[in-house]
Amino acid sequence: MSRFMKDLLIYCLAKAKKAKLGLSKNKGMRDIMTVYYMEAKTARLSRRKVAWITSGGPVEPLIAMDIIPVYPENHGAMIGASKMGAELCEKAEEMGYSRDLCSYARSDISCATVNGGPIGGLPRPDMLVCCNNICGTVLKWYEIQARYFNVPLFILDTPFCHTEYAEEMKRYVKRQIEEYLVFLEDVCGRKLNHATMEKVGRLSVEGQQLWQAVLDTAANRPSPMTAFDAFFHLALIVTLRGTQITVDYYRNLLKTLNDKVEKGIGAVPNERYRLLWDNLPIWYRLRWLSKKFAEHDACLVADTYTTAWCGTLKYMDENKFLDSMAEAYTRIYLNIGIDEMAKTVMDMIDKYHVDGFVMHSNRSCKPYSLGQYDIRRIVQEEKGIPCLVIEADMTDERNFSESQVATRINAFMEMIKERKG
Amino acid sequence: MYFAGIDIGSITSKAAILKDGRVIGVRVIFTGYNAELAGWNVYRELLGELGLVASDVDKIVSTGYGRNSLSFVDKAVTEIICHGTGAHYLYPHVRSIIDVGGQDSKAMVLDEGGRVKDFAMNDKCAAGTGRFLEVMARALEVDLDAFGDISLKAEKAAKISSICTVFAESEVISLISKGEQRESIIAGIHESVASRISALAMRIGVREPVMMTGGVAKNRGVVKALEKKLRMTIEVSEYAQTNGAVGAAVLAMKL
Ligand code: SF4
Repeated sequence: MSRFMKDLLIYCLAKAKKAKLGLSKNKGMRDIMTVYYMEAKTARLSRRKVAWITSGGPVEPLIAMDIIPVYPENHGAMIGASKMGAELCEKAEEMGYSRDLCSYARSDISCATVNGGPIGGLPRPDMLVCCNNICGTVLKWYEIQARYFNVPLFILDTPFCHTEYAEEMKRYVKRQIEEYLVFLEDVCGRKLNHATMEKVGRLSVEGQQLWQAVLDTAANRPSPMTAFDAFFHLALIVTLRGTQITVDYYRNLLKTLNDKVEKGIGAVPNERYRLLWDNLPIWYRLRWLSKKFAEHDACLVADTYTTAWCGTLKYMDENKFLDSMAEAYTRIYLNIGIDEMAKTVMDMIDKYHVDGFVMHSNRSCKPYSLGQYDIRRIVQEEKGIPCLVIEADMTDERNFSESQVATRINAFMEMIKERKG
Repeated sequence: MYFAGIDIGSITSKAAILKDGRVIGVRVIFTGYNAELAGWNVYRELLGELGLVASDVDKIVSTGYGRNSLSFVDKAVTEIICHGTGAHYLYPHVRSIIDVGGQDSKAMVLDEGGRVKDFAMNDKCAAGTGRFLEVMARALEVDLDAFGDISLKAEKAAKISSICTVFAESEVISLISKGEQRESIIAGIHESVASRISALAMRIGVREPVMMTGGVAKNRGVVKALEKKLRMTIEVSEYAQTNGAVGAAVLAMKL
């Protein structure tokens, strides 16, 4: 079958599936994501444009312009969960990239050249949008991809917020947001509709509020969800923030969780110990880890990772979305000083009644892992709860050793049991 | 009442038996490739030595990396908790333990009650473990047991800057070919091990009194280098190598 015919088939399937989805009340995550990727892969047939964007990037203007946003990092998570990370990372190393480079970057760069991975590679981008509020790696990564695909790249530079969001920063970021809109209008050859933008902004805020409410259900005892559930449900608030489908999905989910709370149904059958997780998930070991903790009657009730997609709600104003968005995107968890990170962590410890803090020291993600020992010290001093550091990598399973991680978790849980009984 | 603890390490397996809360015997053998067999053998040999039979022993706790491979024990506990318990049992005042074994090193901080407050482990890499010393002993063609005494005769320590075991080995070989004194090379090796271990211990806020356990604690050169690095005195008990097994036996008593 020719490439075109194949795309046409997928396109029709996506349309049919979407129509069906529109009718059903309880839309499943997998269906939504399948349609989303099918649509993205056949975007040229519907004459829509595709933008690759970093996970912390402002996606709302893309949605308002009817551009399909695609997330190499979300793709990286899928690669990791399908245990294809090591192979793609090795391929990138063969291409000359260092093993020290983030494994999302490595798998994405090599995947683009072979169309590998669980979904046969990402759809070709028409433009790239890179926001460095999460790390510096994305700058070089997106530059490489912009050269490879020969498409325009927009870089949104968010200064690091050690303590405050100063006046100069405000001006600097706001100015770039204006440039960002011009960039999108140029690439698409049409103007942004401001009414649509406002609507998307409101949906984005509503989606984030619902996501926060979903995560907050874990404050109950027993918790109706674990962080492992959050890692799964996260996909929509990352990829389709600002759409109605996301709002509907989380509203449904919240209802299900509240029902569980009312009936006293816990995600971990005999929840006894409540833990907080730090850093990205270890995608290729989610099931193993969740079983491991459940064996000890421990529930990972919250995590610093999934809260990042609603953590800056306090800076957002749905009536002045574009302006407030500049501040919100600059002050995300990975772009603030250690003291503030520690404070966020400690607030979560109180809010979710946490007995222990599990930190994934992630070989890939330097900005997330660098200050961990300081945060750990602060948390231990202020909260006096045990902390555990697990060394691994979110996608590259060559950096994971099962027996060593198991020993650490067992010792940590023995420690908590000794303290708490 | 007899209680037993069995510690299956990567290189050696250890057993300890307590009677009325006192250690009456310990034994160490090589683990080999069959952890279950090693656990059974070291336990049986110790029973024989003490003139006991299996039915005399009330409860058994296993620990170490092979702890889950023993079917005849009552409970498996991680080496972190066992080392903490063993050290507290032998020296109730101890607040930190540094354990350096064949393939890992770990540091623990205890609270007043002997409970583990925090721990850190290095098991990703051979640097700072017994294996590192073994590789170097082979390169130098010196018996590992003699390492400690030889290094104490050194006037100065040679500088070994590589952290990686393989690179450090080639550094040692080039030092040999440069005619560097054997004593100072070994002293340098000990300093290299000590700096890795002290970094681990410092990360969790090591504090005195410190006790060192594990097979490497028998090496006086490493202990001395570590004391210098930490600026603390380090206690080494006669049960240094079997501390984990002793701790396991103490925990068996509490089952
Ligand atoms: S380094 Fe961290 S923040 Fe940056 S792309 Fe990799 S995982 Fe994401």
